[in-house]
Amino acid sequence: MKFSESWLREWVNPKITREELCEKLTMAGLEIEELAPVSDTFSGVLVGLVLHVEKHPEADRLNVCQVDVGLAQPLPIVCGATNVKAGIKVPVAVEGALLPRNIKITLAKVRGMTSHGMLCTAHELGLAEESNGLFIFPDNAPVGKDVWDYLQLADYLLDVSITPNRGDCLSIRGMANEVAALTESALITHKTPEIITTIKDVLPVTISAEKECPRYVGRVIRAVRADASSPVWLQERLRRSGIRSISPIVDVTNFVMLELGQPMHAFSLDKIVGGIDVRMAKANETLKLLDGSDVTLNPETLVIADQEKPLAIAGVMGGLDSAVTLLTQDVFLESAYFSPNTIARAGRNYHLSSDSAYRFERGIDPTIQRTAIERATQLLLDIVGGKPGPVIEVSFDEVIPRPAVIKLRYKRVSAILGFDIESKKIENLLQRLGFTTQKINDGWQVTVPPRRSDIALEVDLIEEIARLYGYDNIPCHHPRGTLQINSATESKIPLQKLRQAICDLGYNEVVTYSFIDKKMQALIDPTIQPKELLNPITADMSVMRTSLWPGLITTLLYNLNRQQSRVRVFETGLRFMPSGDELKQERMLAGLVYGSSQPEQWGISTRPADFFDVKGDLQNVFKLTGCEGEFIFKAAAHSALHPGQTAQILRNGQYVGIIGTLHPAILQGLKVDAPVFVFELFLDQLESGTVKQFTSLSKFPEIRRDIALLIDQTVPAEVIQGTIKELGGELLKELKLFDVYQGKGIEPGLKSIAVALTLQHASRTLVDEEVADLMERVIVTLKGRFNAELRG
Amino acid sequence: MNELDELLKQAEAHILQATDLKSLDLYRVQYLGKKGQLTEYLKNLGQLPAEERPLAGQRVNAIKEKVQELLDERVSLLKNAHVANQLAAESIDVTLPGRSQDFGTVHPVTKTRERLEALFTQMGFSVVDGDEIEDDYHNFAALNIPDLHPARAMQDTFYFGDGKLLRTHMSPVQIHVMNQQKPPLRIIAMGRVYRRDFDLTHTPMFHQIEGLMIDEQVSFADLKGVLINFLQAFFESPVPIRFRPSYFPFTEPSAEVDIGCLSCKSQGCRICKNTGWLEVLGCGMVHPNVLSMAGIDSERYTGWAFGIGIDRLTMLRYGITDLRSFFENDLRFLKQF
Repeated sequence: MKFSESWLREWVNPKITREELCEKLTMAGLEIEELAPVSDTFSGVLVGLVLHVEKHPEADRLNVCQVDVGLAQPLPIVCGATNVKAGIKVPVAVEGALLPRNIKITLAKVRGMTSHGMLCTAHELGLAEESNGLFIFPDNAPVGKDVWDYLQLADYLLDVSITPNRGDCLSIRGMANEVAALTESALITHKTPEIITTIKDVLPVTISAEKECPRYVGRVIRAVRADASSPVWLQERLRRSGIRSISPIVDVTNFVMLELGQPMHAFSLDKIVGGIDVRMAKANETLKLLDGSDVTLNPETLVIADQEKPLAIAGVMGGLDSAVTLLTQDVFLESAYFSPNTIARAGRNYHLSSDSAYRFERGIDPTIQRTAIERATQLLLDIVGGKPGPVIEVSFDEVIPRPAVIKLRYKRVSAILGFDIESKKIENLLQRLGFTTQKINDGWQVTVPPRRSDIALEVDLIEEIARLYGYDNIPCHHPRGTLQINSATESKIPLQKLRQAICDLGYNEVVTYSFIDKKMQALIDPTIQPKELLNPITADMSVMRTSLWPGLITTLLYNLNRQQSRVRVFETGLRFMPSGDELKQERMLAGLVYGSSQPEQWGISTRPADFFDVKGDLQNVFKLTGCEGEFIFKAAAHSALHPGQTAQILRNGQYVGIIGTLHPAILQGLKVDAPVFVFELFLDQLESGTVKQFTSLSKFPEIRRDIALLIDQTVPAEVIQGTIKELGGELLKELKLFDVYQGKGIEPGLKSIAVALTLQHASRTLVDEEVADLMERVIVTLKGRFNAELRG
Repeated sequence: MNELDELLKQAEAHILQATDLKSLDLYRVQYLGKKGQLTEYLKNLGQLPAEERPLAGQRVNAIKEKVQELLDERVSLLKNAHVANQLAAESIDVTLPGRSQDFGTVHPVTKTRERLEALFTQMGFSVVDGDEIEDDYHNFAALNIPDLHPARAMQDTFYFGDGKLLRTHMSPVQIHVMNQQKPPLRIIAMGRVYRRDFDLTHTPMFHQIEGLMIDEQVSFADLKGVLINFLQAFFESPVPIRFRPSYFPFTEPSAEVDIGCLSCKSQGCRICKNTGWLEVLGCGMVHPNVLSMAGIDSERYTGWAFGIGIDRLTMLRYGITDLRSFFENDLRFLKQF
């Protein structure tokens, strides 16, 4: 809600500065978004009458004007505006004038003619963002008057942010009520003199949808001069509230809306056939709106219709055909109460918004329609003349919202706010806001003024009390509650710990958008139909991710484009996996590795990271569960991954996730020249751990035996290790694979694998024979099962 | 006997000339070895007259001791020099960089989430999270925002067209908790929320924390106490704080909370639009309709709730100027935290 300070002060004039006023409003829940002068400053600009216009002898597009600014002689002024003509009154910046943007007016030669000033547009005076043509004043503007004073520009503009519940503050009257309550000042009453009707013309009005329109007030005014111009004060009021001046009749309806909060509409009477019917639209009725668009109406929409056709979408926007024009002679004015939901639904259905709809859907005062029509008539008679007919009113009292009567308990006020306010104070606060209070046993019966449709419950009254009392005056307490230790499950690994572990392995955490580019999703999971947004903000944020990889890959590309050569990133978050008609929202941990295994540093030759570096990182993370042995890696396939470098991870047979090298074809498409390793794991599987139980240490010496085997390259290391573990039984404390070799000296198709067995007995020293015996069994078994040979 | 003196002189010269342990050992053998010159003297003592023997013996032994002493001194000298040489050769440039796999970093928003969790769990709050795709009921209706309510326009929502939507705040998580657990409740919910807004100061995805406390005798004064306590603990400074009335459909009374601008110390600057204040959170007493819809007796129990943008808190805390940098994931940005 934008308005000028001077307008508000015509309604309530507390003895405080504008800064104090703004502070009070902000601290009462009416936040000041902006406080600014209504105009940039200028000086030396006078109201001038253009007496005479003739072409500049040297320039086709320029005129030389003789302008009376109240001096002994008219001033010769060169002007390029196309709307200049003799007889108009315009702002004249005379010699020495200072205009906004630091423009100084001096005598100037324009193509050989001396110009004694400048005729100004509204833009040049800083009153409009843009102008086409001179700012033309009404005929009664006093020649020679300083324009700064004439337009009363020594004024400030207040822009107040109005929360959706405070529709009552979307008017000067509403703001004045609030300011009066806040500052304990008196409202300045504005009585509209009763209009003396000069004709008897009425228009038949029927309401066929009384729930949607409980009250409709109208009036015929004949013989208006629709082509008159709006007075400067009216134009300025509207301008300072951000509304463009259109024509005097429309300006008046807008003015009354701003002043009293009642949206109004004016129809061209001659376009109304028969009478007014306020009804629901019929299916497929059409209407051309004021903004030029055509809409096909649906039966949920309330319309103002005549006998033949809809004329307007009630409360939202009028029709073009029935709108007033400069040629209109007879007007039908409308001032109605429409139910908020009806207007909100229409606005939503047709994607329309208007100042009128904005107010109706927030709830206007249901008692003010007559006052508004009287006020508008009075203004119209002043500005465009005309002969008013009697007020026409159709009301359905039983559906008009009634002032709420709410029981307010004293104890409840204390309970909600946490401290006691004196009874007297409560009464005073409520009365200042226009509530009437009637004392009852444990509190009051409070009657809400009709303009406050937001107050329906006891707690709403308590908020009003607190608001006016001042939130800053409410004490601060520390809450009291049962003290109790929340359970802390040690076997659950906190996400924070997992995250820290991964960071400590050299990964940077990222946060990427949950909605991604459809193409990127299809690149990674081509067989999954992702959940798609109905109203995405851009095409590259249109589907819900089915994997965290697209976000990580996007991050990789972003950083590669910024000369980063080593990227190790991870993310935790949901992926959205369609599954039949359901959608699974799964908590994942995913990572991506690109570049060298170690950061570049002296003394270590850099080597590109490989699958096993990343696998090792994961195995470290699995150790946090205390059950790292439960995790196994098995060769697997995934459409986005290299078919020979992909493993799924299982924990006790349950799927944990997948790790692999991005498929070279994908990398080629993304123009990435080196391998990229990715993993994605279910967080739930990583978060369940165990509470460790101590096993006693053996006092007896450990014995280490190393063996190197030549074995078929297709035999997985896990199988070889499994065999050894099976044979080693309880004696085998640790089995370490410390070398794998293929190449020179090894027959093709074979690999050399070296393992170290650490043996120990729990209760005695091992003897050489049993160690030799075990090693013999290992070698024989491996030879038997896999044709493995001991390497010499 | 002059012969012995000569020998001692000669031995002394030899020992002092020796520059390494090996040649020194040769001299030891030459003078003191089994067939050494001094040893020979002792062997020959028997040929002397008996009365001369003791004196001569003493004299040879004294010289032997002297030679041994010279040898020991020289050995020790040479040994020390050797060690010193070795140490000198082994010295390194300790200012060379150390080697390691560099630690990574947690995202700054995560840092803040972890701090928020640490602060509120001290007061007995539990942390909860939930789904990000929600239904209209849990995101709006259960929060006293019926269809066509003007407040719906406050939060431009992403829809899927099947009645589902992306949660616009963390409140649905609170609704689930209220439906499942009985008061007293003390929870915080943190996570991603989504609104259809993308410009200099808005990203379509951001993070929120919402807190909820429901118990008997929970009041607005408590809410003020907790939030002031929290904000001053979070910023580790007694920042000025003010509560302004505001409106949320799910709380009544409702408030917005401002802190004194950290950048200009409340003097007024571009960041606080010359007001000296920065809005950081919204809060209020849980609306009785919300409690009733969740099956909680709104006469017996009262509660308060608050919601804060975690990204904004993070920006204020670490002086980050562009919200969008949180989701660009520039490593040079991330590695600063």
